[in-house]
Amino acid sequence: MKFKFLGTRGSYPSQKEEHLSYGGNTSCVELSNHQHRLILDAGTGILGLDFELYANLPRIDILLTHLHMDHIQGLAFFKPLFKKNLEVHIWGPGGTSNSLRSHLNRYFSPPLFPVPIRELPCQLHIHEISNSTFTIGAFEITTAFVIHPGPTLGYRIKNGAKVITYIPDHEPMVGSQKLYNKDKWVSGFSLCKNADVLIHDSMYTKEEYPSKIGWGHSSTEHVIQLARRAGVKQLFLFHHNPEYPDNFLEQRLDRIRQNHHEPYDILLATQGMEYEL
Amino acid sequence: MAGSEIEIILSRQLADCLSVPVFIVDPKGNLLFYNEPAEEILGKKYEDTGEMPVSEWSTMFTPKDKEGNLLPPEQLPLVKTLSQQKPAHGSFWIKSLNGQDYEISVTAYPIIGRSKVFTGAVAIFWMNSDQDEV
Ligand SMILES: [Zn+2]
Ligand SMILES: [Zn+2]
Repeated sequence: MKFKFLGTRGSYPSQKEEHLSYGGNTSCVELSNHQHRLILDAGTGILGLDFELYANLPRIDILLTHLHMDHIQGLAFFKPLFKKNLEVHIWGPGGTSNSLRSHLNRYFSPPLFPVPIRELPCQLHIHEISNSTFTIGAFEITTAFVIHPGPTLGYRIKNGAKVITYIPDHEPMVGSQKLYNKDKWVSGFSLCKNADVLIHDSMYTKEEYPSKIGWGHSSTEHVIQLARRAGVKQLFLFHHNPEYPDNFLEQRLDRIRQNHHEPYDILLATQGMEYEL
Repeated sequence: MAGSEIEIILSRQLADCLSVPVFIVDPKGNLLFYNEPAEEILGKKYEDTGEMPVSEWSTMFTPKDKEGNLLPPEQLPLVKTLSQQKPAHGSFWIKSLNGQDYEISVTAYPIIGRSKVFTGAVAIFWMNSDQDEV
């Protein structure tokens, strides 16, 4: 399976020069094997997808973690939605009393957007999921709610023997940077367990986190502990804070490598980079 | 190993921050977590006991009414919440660790998360002072 980072920035897109090394587009990751492609989140990164690669595929699947703007902002301008009869599947969490469709409708309706969902020319299928397991082609997908404001899912995606876990927005412990000792008490743990690749929220430094408690994002300490405890093989720090310039992200990564000596690889997710698993 | 649902994890995170005793149980009544103030009621530390099966922790209390009659379990708020999946409240008398009887109020509520599955219940204990009317 291959995976490609199309958008790695958190919160809002940026064109600043200081963000161009790791990318200014918001969350979007594409997974592919020989027959199928999955799109994780629809931040502005989705607009950088190469649609030629989809020309011969029978359907398009977009898996949303949640509906915060930085994860759906690119959706309304995603060309396949306007292609007549193309089968497009959107998967994501519903609300407690409102459906996923009605939540998406708020965005796809005037005055925010001129075209309502029901008038989209594509053949749209909306799948509301919660703590679920399902398959799309050769991908086996497990989802679970994780701690973040509003209904938010993390994804564990298995293809053959390989596992990628994607949790872009996550505050596993609110108000403390030490996770509970027992794994079952750690939000998102079972999704991450022994994953080959973990793509995870890394919004705040250890020093900044105390002033951002409850904002729904991880500190460096959170993500490092989670990755180590879950025994992942490779960690991609993701959802880069738009307040942090790229050289600051690099300095932080250097500090992590020096101070922690983690038994797995740690990399900064970089827009445009593709990897094979 | 299946992890706890986030509504249970968040209940624990909240209980950790509260000064009232809080117990968190699974749908069968097994004790998943109790916070520091609750340790005083049980006379045990969560760090030492970890989770406790319902058969073990329920026998630590002998709840009685004002006249000293033993209360049947189905009259206890947490038992009601577990069987009906509804909030419940009640007061009764228990013996403290130093042998004194004292009145306690309990409010229990069910935990039903976004996936609409009943994953457990929370019970908050409140020690009544002499003046408190319940
Ligand atoms: Zn986000
Ligand atoms: Zn978010």
